[in-house]
Amino acid sequence: MTTVSVLENKGKLHPHKFLLWVGMASIVMMFAGLTSAYVVKRTFSNWMEFGLPSIFWVSTVVILVSSLTMHLALKNFKAHERKKYKNLITVTMILGLLFAALQLYGFTQLHERGIQIFGIGSNASASFLGIIVGLHALHVLGGIIALMIIFFRAYGTKVKRYDKTPIEIVAIYWHFVDILWIYLFLFFSFM
Amino acid sequence: MNNEAVIQTGAAALHVAGDHGEAHHHKQSFITKYIFSQDHKTIGKQFLITGIIWACIGGFMSVLFRLQLGFPDTSFPWLSTVIGHWAKNGHITPEAFYSLTTIHGTVMIFFVLTGGLSGTFANFLIPLQIGARDMASPLMNMLSYWFFFTASVIMLSSFFVQTGPFAGGWTAYPPLSALGDASPGSKTGMDLWLASLILFVVSQLLAGLNYISTVLNMRTKGMSMMRMPLSTWGVFLQAILGVLSFPVLFSGFILLIFDRHFGTSFFLSDIYINGVGALPHEGGNAILYQHLFWFLGHPEVYIVILPAMGIASEVMSTNGRKPIFGYSAMVMSMFAIVVLAFLVWAHHMFVTGMNPFLGSIFVLLTLLIAVPSAIKVFNWLTTLWKGNLRFTPGMLFAIGFVSVFISGGLTGIYMGNSAIDIHIHDTYFIIAHFHLVMGVAAFFGMFCGVYHWFPKMYGRHMNNTLGYIHFWITLVGAYLIFWPMHYEGLAGMPRRYYDYSTWESFKQFGELNKFISICVIITFAAQFLFLFNFFHSIFKGRKMTVKNPWKSNALEWTTPIKVGHGNWPGEIPEVHRWPYDYSKDGHDFIPQTVPVGEEDNPAYTSAAFTGIKVEEEQKRGVKA
Repeated sequence: MTTVSVLENKGKLHPHKFLLWVGMASIVMMFAGLTSAYVVKRTFSNWMEFGLPSIFWVSTVVILVSSLTMHLALKNFKAHERKKYKNLITVTMILGLLFAALQLYGFTQLHERGIQIFGIGSNASASFLGIIVGLHALHVLGGIIALMIIFFRAYGTKVKRYDKTPIEIVAIYWHFVDILWIYLFLFFSFM
Repeated sequence: MNNEAVIQTGAAALHVAGDHGEAHHHKQSFITKYIFSQDHKTIGKQFLITGIIWACIGGFMSVLFRLQLGFPDTSFPWLSTVIGHWAKNGHITPEAFYSLTTIHGTVMIFFVLTGGLSGTFANFLIPLQIGARDMASPLMNMLSYWFFFTASVIMLSSFFVQTGPFAGGWTAYPPLSALGDASPGSKTGMDLWLASLILFVVSQLLAGLNYISTVLNMRTKGMSMMRMPLSTWGVFLQAILGVLSFPVLFSGFILLIFDRHFGTSFFLSDIYINGVGALPHEGGNAILYQHLFWFLGHPEVYIVILPAMGIASEVMSTNGRKPIFGYSAMVMSMFAIVVLAFLVWAHHMFVTGMNPFLGSIFVLLTLLIAVPSAIKVFNWLTTLWKGNLRFTPGMLFAIGFVSVFISGGLTGIYMGNSAIDIHIHDTYFIIAHFHLVMGVAAFFGMFCGVYHWFPKMYGRHMNNTLGYIHFWITLVGAYLIFWPMHYEGLAGMPRRYYDYSTWESFKQFGELNKFISICVIITFAAQFLFLFNFFHSIFKGRKMTVKNPWKSNALEWTTPIKVGHGNWPGEIPEVHRWPYDYSKDGHDFIPQTVPVGEEDNPAYTSAAFTGIKVEEEQKRGVKA
């Protein structure tokens, strides 16, 4: 059955992969909506300017490295290097969790500087940062859940699977949330 | 074979099904077959029936508030028995009036004309018309319905909250939507409204992703994009619109939730409230919400109308026994509408103090939409021109669709001009315009689709006589209701007022309002003919005896009368031509499955009814 599907689908994108691409376009529109709202809002009065928490530089490095490990994991999976593959997705997952934790720490840093994100006395500029970065972190967590699924599949099953599509899908998504973060980081740094 | 196997991509599943012969008759319990079904056809029917229920509720709401508008001085003591404390002394209370108009708008636009229309026909038609076993992801497809269902239940539950449902208009502008104390419905009612619509957005995204990847990835052999029926094009393009614009509304809703519950100041400023004092919010701006809302809100009207356009085109060509005029122009103009839909949202905001220069750009872009719309209207009329028309109820609704689309669309050119819009903004002129061009038109598209594809859905026919009566009352009724509203609007009568009889300038319309309300009641009552016809025909309608009752070229009619999960019992037929070869070279119709040059080949003569070669059919022993 797999051979047939490979033959018949030659040159065509796997439907699930395509679903992901359209879904990513949709996610991009959500963040485009939010960042445009940010641009519109900052032209109004009462806009507070503040520097990003320094820890965001570290989290940027972390997520970039996790993209690299994800890439290597996929490469090793294709080369049937199962042990390396298992280790690399584990590392990717840990780096993802570390990223989310660092983002959260960034907001405690802001809090210590007296910048409030929500509640009375908060400014829309900080609230925007909180919501946009928070939504991005949720998307990273979604990626971690997907990683967990392929992680348990890699360890849990007796039958060895060689279908690379699910892992490719997770990898594409993982690079996507990485690029999305780079965009957001540059956006908040330079806007 | 279980559902998982069916969801394997087209080709693989095709071979599996082929190997197992009658593989599509896999065992199903009642629950997996009718409730948590992953069959696109069942999901389509679920969307349709949920949509019909909402249309009844939304329609009944309009009857209630039209009672108030038409008979402001008359007391209806029975109202209290029907709607309880929403009525006092035989009158609808002002709070209830606003709730009714708000929920009527929300429900009709989102639940009926988006969920009910595109949900039904995209699900039902896409795999059948492009030759696929099912959607790209049947599981996501099922989830999309259940998100929609949950959204429905939450919206319904807001009717029974002590303070009533949200009452700030379907657009939910802040501060009425952002401030819990702004109106009775702004607290719990609005929370439920938001929760419901967020689930609805998720449902639409899941559905849209599926429609797009199914159309692009799972077409049968020979089914190039430019051989797809226009009905599939319509739902495909609306899905692209939805997937790109609903997320923006979603982001607006997230900001709104934070303003409501977490003390942020995106949309709320330091408003002074009597007894409370100034709000702690600073620098929020309601216009920001309007931008985010209308970035979806405008594409939304095309999300509603594109499926109707596609359905009307398909039905018109089939029943006009003529090729659709200007197929590629039809596709291109729909595509142009999709692109332009994203560039015109600010024409809803001409009165917000927008820079006039910016306004004039939006005027230009708005007026540009008239071009593809006019191309489409021209092509519909030329498709009908000198055709051998069969006036089935479906065909009548398709023609009615074109009629209301023209009458409603022309007024759009007026209000697209910012200078004129400032006068008619928020008047009954706007109400008349959008009800005709996207409300009634999309409803006509929906009726057209239901009458046309009912045999494919349920294997039975609907009653034609009831269909004709339903059509004429609805068409005449719709015009009688909405045409006079243009005059009221031009005279400045504002929308969303509870009672006009106390205004010297609008008193003159008292009798006209009464007339409109009577027409509303009659037209609403006529819809019960449709309801009866629909539900009665599911069980008792005339049984379908041939596979292809309309002698249509499209692929969905090559499936057996009773279609199983997987759609075609054998191989998926191959496609050799576009779907509009009607009255060509001496043939009444040439289905898509007939190869070019084989029109007279006896092997394909009965292919018109089967979609597969005669020998194969005899071998399989399938009855035509």
